[in-house]
Amino acid sequence: MSNEITISVNGKSETHTVEGRELLVDFLRERLSLTGTHVGCDTSSCGACTIHMNGQAVKSCSILAAQADGAEVTTIEGLASNGALHPLQEGFNEEHGLQCGFCTPGIIMTAADFLQNNSNPTEHEIREALEGNFCRCTGYHNIVKSIQYAAKKMNA
Amino acid sequence: MNKFSWYEAKSVEDAVKQVNNTVSEELYLPSGKAAIFKSGGIDVLDLVKEGLIQPKTIVNVRNIPGLNKISFDDNGLRIGANVTLAEIEGNEAVKTRYAALHEAVAHAATPQLRNMSTIAGNLAQRTRCWYFRSSDHPCFRKGGDKCFAKHSETGQNENHAILENDRCVSVYASSVATALLAYQGSVMITNGKMESRQVPLSEFFVAPDQDVSRENILEPNDLITEISVPAPDMNTKSYYSKQVQRASYDWSMADVAIVAQMNGDTCEKITITLGAAAPIPIRAYEAEKIVLNKKINEERATRAAKVAMENAKPLSKNSYKLPLFESIIKQGLLEIA
Repeated sequence: MSNEITISVNGKSETHTVEGRELLVDFLRERLSLTGTHVGCDTSSCGACTIHMNGQAVKSCSILAAQADGAEVTTIEGLASNGALHPLQEGFNEEHGLQCGFCTPGIIMTAADFLQNNSNPTEHEIREALEGNFCRCTGYHNIVKSIQYAAKKMNA
Repeated sequence: MNKFSWYEAKSVEDAVKQVNNTVSEELYLPSGKAAIFKSGGIDVLDLVKEGLIQPKTIVNVRNIPGLNKISFDDNGLRIGANVTLAEIEGNEAVKTRYAALHEAVAHAATPQLRNMSTIAGNLAQRTRCWYFRSSDHPCFRKGGDKCFAKHSETGQNENHAILENDRCVSVYASSVATALLAYQGSVMITNGKMESRQVPLSEFFVAPDQDVSRENILEPNDLITEISVPAPDMNTKSYYSKQVQRASYDWSMADVAIVAQMNGDTCEKITITLGAAAPIPIRAYEAEKIVLNKKINEERATRAAKVAMENAKPLSKNSYKLPLFESIIKQGLLEIA
């Protein structure tokens, strides 16, 4: 029933024995104490658990840990480099992109993948890119502004 | 979630062998001992989380070599079973030659799910009918003796079928299937004896009156290996529209795909397919006849749209679907004209 898996998480190789049914999000939160990745709905609807797997934004509540064997995973904890905030993290701070903050890590991870592929997006494109992330404070307006801030900074 | 073991399949043969071992076992009961294939795994995990299936083994087919290629040539489009929806969305040939398919794929689920979901898994997912998805509701599809959605007072049937809805009124989950059916695509399947067969999508879906326990012909040990779509003619025009309640991320209330071969403004070949209208994606044959070998004008488009809904029997809460389907069919026909 168990499998040994090795996942590179935020640049660090992690080898653990997991049960088949262990979700990737539980692996990150419970085994590695990386609790920045949140569980909202647990049904792949809300996007709070969004991380990067091999560079792409995915929902870690709908992926089994065993499925991520050999993958490179980045979580919100791995986004800042050398103590400097990622432009998106800075943008959310500057533009008041968070209220309760529950959805924020997932939205930042979605936006980070999106900006890699579209460095100069329109407001409409940003809103479309966020269709898999729910903010129940409904603070979307400032979230979009935060992402625009980051895009501008990354292009500077 | 029930306990299951994880098996990493190395080849199609290896995967099929694993599921063959348990093919006589039950998957859809709490006593389930069967193995199940998983690729992107999103729907399988949803079903396991709700306890609707209790597999003993999950056989991962996601990393089988050779199933992740997408190619286009004179014979058409070939999409390996493990190609993700995001990869199809980004493919140049799909963008330029299969506009309706591109539109359908780009509006399926969300960016994060399109990164994970594979085309085969998308086609094979179970219905999103909330009664089917709830383990508290033993409906026809789960061996029960009623359709909860159909009840005229208590049935929450806003999203359900208006056509071919005598028994189970759920609708097929995949809106990509609506587009693929319009392009007359087919599915390559390897069975438990390692025999491959190509099945046109028109024969892939199973309506409730044939067998209410399933939505497609796949047996537990049948593995989809490839989806193929014929090359469109130079004069092919296509249209796809999906209507949802919210601006983003929602299941289809009505989706329509049209693929037509035009000679000037005369329609020489046409398929009109409807998703979220019946329990399986269907062709609107009678509507096609109205415009076939004719010029498509406002009057014919209106008539074709009306005819497509002629046999509709809306439920207590979804009569809105009739004008909705009529207007998108009409709009689509006028757009390709």
